[in-house]
Amino acid sequence: MSIQIEHLTHTYGEDTTLAVKALDDITLTIPDGQFLGIIGHTGSGKSTLVQHLNGLLKGTSGRILFDGKDIYEKGYDLKELRSQVGLVFQYPEHQLFEIDVFTDVCFGPKNLGLPKEEIEKRATMALQSVGIPEELYKQSPFDLSGGQKRRVAIAGVLAMSPKVLILDEPTAGLDPRGRDEILGLIKDLQRSSHMTILLVSHSMEDVAEYVDRILVMNHGRVAFDGAPKEVFSHYKELEEMGLACPQVTYVMHDLAAAGLPVDVNATTIAEAKDNILQALAMNASRLSRDQH
Amino acid sequence: MLRDITLGQYYQAQSPIHRLDPRVKLAGTLIYVITLFFYKNFAGYALAILFLALVIRLSKVPFKFMVRGMKSILFLLMITVLFSLFTTPGTPVVTFWKLKITAEGTKVAVSMVLRLTLLVIGSSLMTLTTTPNNLTDGMEKGLGFSKVFKVPVHDIAMMMSIALRFIPILLEETDKIMKAQMARGADFESGNLIQRAKAMVPLLVPLFISAFRRANDLAMAMEARCYRGGEGRTKMNPLKYKGRDYLGYLILLLFMVISIWVGRLELPMLTI
Repeated sequence: MSIQIEHLTHTYGEDTTLAVKALDDITLTIPDGQFLGIIGHTGSGKSTLVQHLNGLLKGTSGRILFDGKDIYEKGYDLKELRSQVGLVFQYPEHQLFEIDVFTDVCFGPKNLGLPKEEIEKRATMALQSVGIPEELYKQSPFDLSGGQKRRVAIAGVLAMSPKVLILDEPTAGLDPRGRDEILGLIKDLQRSSHMTILLVSHSMEDVAEYVDRILVMNHGRVAFDGAPKEVFSHYKELEEMGLACPQVTYVMHDLAAAGLPVDVNATTIAEAKDNILQALAMNASRLSRDQH
Repeated sequence: MLRDITLGQYYQAQSPIHRLDPRVKLAGTLIYVITLFFYKNFAGYALAILFLALVIRLSKVPFKFMVRGMKSILFLLMITVLFSLFTTPGTPVVTFWKLKITAEGTKVAVSMVLRLTLLVIGSSLMTLTTTPNNLTDGMEKGLGFSKVFKVPVHDIAMMMSIALRFIPILLEETDKIMKAQMARGADFESGNLIQRAKAMVPLLVPLFISAFRRANDLAMAMEARCYRGGEGRTKMNPLKYKGRDYLGYLILLLFMVISIWVGRLELPMLTI
């Protein structure tokens, strides 16, 4: 179970004067169970890239292997692929349409042609996993709050039991609490179900804490690819692309420059706190030693 | 997918036709279309083609953009040709089985094709050289006289420009929702008519909701900026006739008079 992308290129409006190369020779392997963050600013090609992974867009050239099979091959079952690779779009609550929450979540599994009991079982499980209480099941999805709507929409994709879950800017337009809730939920899902998760975002802050690996996109190309620490060490270059590292990175770099022996690679606030306390303690003990 | 559809296609260029007052272009298109129906011989059509060719040349819009509009009426064109070929009474030229093609029918068919083609190309030239905003502005001002008859000209023009503005937005939205539902296994392409109609529900409901939401937001934003209809409203760029616009009117008038006069001459060989 893995996704291999080989020399994928996508040009919008080919053969016109307005042709735009959204993806430019992308080669990439996403192993099973990885939590991958895809970062890039608006127009860097990140949304275009993920829409290729379930066959919604077809590359102008290059190929994609899912489980070793070429998805552009003739006769490849795209519907089956879409049940395996779940894609949650930006503002997914805009896709809700059914009369009640439960029926809406059933839409995905129903399209897979599953028996009724299985559909309902999956829908219930999906709603439970996103933390929607049972008394809301029969409510109209349009009566829910923004955060609840989004969770229902995510459940709508989860109900298809995908092996790979792609979320395109899942925190866009949410308040800080809603943001933490959604991100925490995604991390829990990854822990409990061992899904491969791709999280698309323009905010380093969002992904730094959660992901195993970060892919930075710039002008349709992969700019950096590696563990968060590794990627954040290029914080100067990232800034030139219009991307900011987590604020912690800046604080740590400034502290190090001021002479405090801290590890500049700390990526989360908790890590940084321990690190700074340690450095301070070290400094303090050295000072007292000097005084004696 | 839907991204490739262009409506109200405007072709950006610097040309005398682009610079003309939209009222001249509106009136011109109207005059042009009406004169097409007066011709009784092919000499008139020849003049109309010549005139259109000159205007297209002046407008700097590549000819292939004109032809693009023709695709939509190709079917209509074919039916028209078939019917006029076979159903016009007269001297038969070709006969097979029970069908006769008459000399008169051929002439009618050719004139129909010419008329429809010129009509479509002529009017698409207007939309290609005028921005939708300019067009509605021109309409508002040009039809200003009908306010006397209590026609809400400003409101209609405002509705038109908003509707035009929303076309690309809603197309993009449709594309997005379609993809989102396809990601949930929806199938818009296969099945019989009823199944396909049913498959549209997951697309149309969110689309309508989003359209209403956008309309609501827009109304709110307009009210927040004290919009209250056309009463006493001034324009940033008011339309004003310039020398070239009067020249445009003159040329149009000349074209109309001459081409109708020529088009109605009794020319034995060219009469339809």
